[in-house]
Amino acid sequence: MTTTTTPAAASTTVTEKPVGKGMRFTNAAANYIDERTSISGLVKELGRKIFPDHWSFMLGEVAMYSFVVILLSGTFLTFFFDPSMSHVTYNGSYAPLKGIEMSAAMASTLDISFDIRGGLLMRQVHHWAALLFIASIGLHMLRVFFTGAFRKPREINWVIGFVLFILAMAEGFTGYSLPDDLLSGNGLRIIDGMLKGFPVVGTWISYLLFGGEFPGLVVIPRLFVLHIMLLPAILIAALGVHLLLMIINKHTQFAGPGRTNDNVVGVPVMPVFAAKAGGFFFVVFGILVLIASLFQINPVWNYGPYDPSPVSAGTQPDWYIGFADGALRLVPPGWEFVLWGWTFSLNILVPVAVLGLFIVMVAIYPFIEAWITGDKREHHIAERPRNAPTRTAIGAAGVTFYGVMWAAASSDLMATHFRLSIEGVIHTLQALLIVGPIVAYFITKRVCLALQKKDREIALHGYESGRIVRLPGGEYVEVHQPLSEYERWRLVSYEDYKPLMLRPNDKGKITVGMRLRASMSRWFFEDRVSPATKGELEQGGHH
Amino acid sequence: MGIDSTTTDRRGKRAGRRHPLASVALILAGLVTTGGAYALFTSTATAETANTAIVHQQLVDEGKALFDANCASCHGFNAEGTAEGVSLHGVGAAAVDFQVGTGRMPMAAQGPQAEKKPVQFSDEQIEALAAYVASLAPGPEVPDESLFEGEADLANGGELFRINCAMCHNVAGSGGALTEGKWAPSLMGVEAKHIYEAMVTGPQNMPVFNDLNLSPEDKADIVAYLKFMEESPSVGGIGLGNLGPVSEGLFIWIFGLGAVVGVTVWIAARAH
Repeated sequence: MTTTTTPAAASTTVTEKPVGKGMRFTNAAANYIDERTSISGLVKELGRKIFPDHWSFMLGEVAMYSFVVILLSGTFLTFFFDPSMSHVTYNGSYAPLKGIEMSAAMASTLDISFDIRGGLLMRQVHHWAALLFIASIGLHMLRVFFTGAFRKPREINWVIGFVLFILAMAEGFTGYSLPDDLLSGNGLRIIDGMLKGFPVVGTWISYLLFGGEFPGLVVIPRLFVLHIMLLPAILIAALGVHLLLMIINKHTQFAGPGRTNDNVVGVPVMPVFAAKAGGFFFVVFGILVLIASLFQINPVWNYGPYDPSPVSAGTQPDWYIGFADGALRLVPPGWEFVLWGWTFSLNILVPVAVLGLFIVMVAIYPFIEAWITGDKREHHIAERPRNAPTRTAIGAAGVTFYGVMWAAASSDLMATHFRLSIEGVIHTLQALLIVGPIVAYFITKRVCLALQKKDREIALHGYESGRIVRLPGGEYVEVHQPLSEYERWRLVSYEDYKPLMLRPNDKGKITVGMRLRASMSRWFFEDRVSPATKGELEQGGHH
Repeated sequence: MGIDSTTTDRRGKRAGRRHPLASVALILAGLVTTGGAYALFTSTATAETANTAIVHQQLVDEGKALFDANCASCHGFNAEGTAEGVSLHGVGAAAVDFQVGTGRMPMAAQGPQAEKKPVQFSDEQIEALAAYVASLAPGPEVPDESLFEGEADLANGGELFRINCAMCHNVAGSGGALTEGKWAPSLMGVEAKHIYEAMVTGPQNMPVFNDLNLSPEDKADIVAYLKFMEESPSVGGIGLGNLGPVSEGLFIWIFGLGAVVGVTVWIAARAH
């Protein structure tokens, strides 16, 4: 089924077949629409779009399908959810909350869970799908990062994808807060505390958001509007642009025989890819419904209605906000100080600044790397992570940094479940937050270089076959199995960068920026393993 | 096991590891006490009261013997406390029933907190120990089982639980971490009377909730709520330990995303 986008493949031969009744109707209908919309050009263009086949290229699809599931289940929930903080007395069928005062939002969430047919399943589908949505976005971003698929011409799409990731987290957090239960109320209280930690404007922003002193009576309706209207609208628009740019830029592919920087090898959208993708949507949907029907999520009836006084043990945000919660937990005590009558809450400002910097670095990484390499070419071949050791090492350091903060959000559960003291867990994670990324960076870089060396070795001398042969002279040698051309292609075709030479510019000067760039380039490409050249390969073949 | 003491009637039934003459001695002792008491007091009513008093005194004595053999090394021979263990004057029968009845005492090892383990004593022995400790100074009594049998207000119990208990024990009673390696244990599978006793005596790091703070009915409501949580099936399916978003996140990453990635690999696999 593999075809390429070369014009030759586009030529088709139409064989006349007797047309059935159904087909005649389809033809007439298609003709009717085409005469009024000229859509056939678009369909032809899109239908012939080629998508390369690799499992990791489908992670973004998973995110999109979970989003569709979220839209469907979310629409159902809006029919019954009452986003109001007015006080009601719960009188539904969950006995342990009967007669308890709560907000209408909480009461309607309980009604959805206990008194509306299919409501609990829909709530659970919605929540599980949200978790999968953001998890698959995260994995998709990691794939794009580690294969260098963000390089020119895809930097803008990386940024749009990043915006989608942030929007997804915002959607998640607003949705998590809507039921107005104890758990999510505590989450909002942390947001309130963080806002108030900002000098001068903090208190004002908090009062603006909550319409007065926390928790007030307006925050749930406001979050509801954001959650079901503004954020999804922006998300869908950004998703549209993201997909459009993907079509315009074409999909990246891994190096292979016949796969060059100028073509895309894969299957066309129509019919194979579309059928596979459509089926895959239902598989994702099915997995989500299966999980939702078997596993409980966010049991708000256990948490009870929000009340500012109680805070439960084991209060955590959903996983995607965990890294921020963890960052707050890792701040050592005593970081607030009072100066001229103002309290400076460095315990809040520092983690917010560090997280902000981290997130911005993620967003602009493609531009940083492009500046360092000085590479202005287009790249359509996805790199194997080992072939960009420094980038892969930076990625590993970033993942470790994120992972440590993420783990810190569950420090209390680690303490109870592994019989540790919570202080020990926190102190270990504090040390790991600094040491972990550095260690991860060096180990990853060395592993990448070692793998490259191994690849080079295999490309030149073939596989060790395990067959030992005794030569007439008595010498024992192991027979190396040469690679096929196909296998070798994969091993030797990758970009080989060298550190930039520091040369004076037109005016004969070397600027600070140029020095910086040269040193960054040295950092990136000083340690490298060049791919086996043609000459080397020919020589190697004679062994 | 503790010192083998002899006298109460009920203990005679469990003769497995005793001296063969123990039962005979027990019956003899019983006959002598009851007979002697009957001889001394002509009025039936007075006889019964005195009888109870004497049986109680025997229970205390038996408890004292058990205490000396099993508890005194840390708590002192008069339960006055030592460097290793606290004074037990005024902790009441409820504290003994909780600590010994859940296996926390005798303590296996000095640590951040006494751990739950298989119970070391029989119910009768625990009763004797409790009677002895209660005889030293007044303290909270072991609650009457009838307290947990009446109609309970689940909603009140739930609300009180969330306000007073959930910050350490978690809203679902699954337990949580405290400082310095201590922890609030899970409340699932704990006997009703032990939950109640924990509230009145404040074991380990737990605060005391006295009757002015939470009335006995309030406490019974909390117990009823916990029993409801324990017995009613998890509404939304498998509860994943009732640990909240952490176990949910772990689940979606490992099983949700794992399954989906498995499917992507399957779909993208080329048919050779």
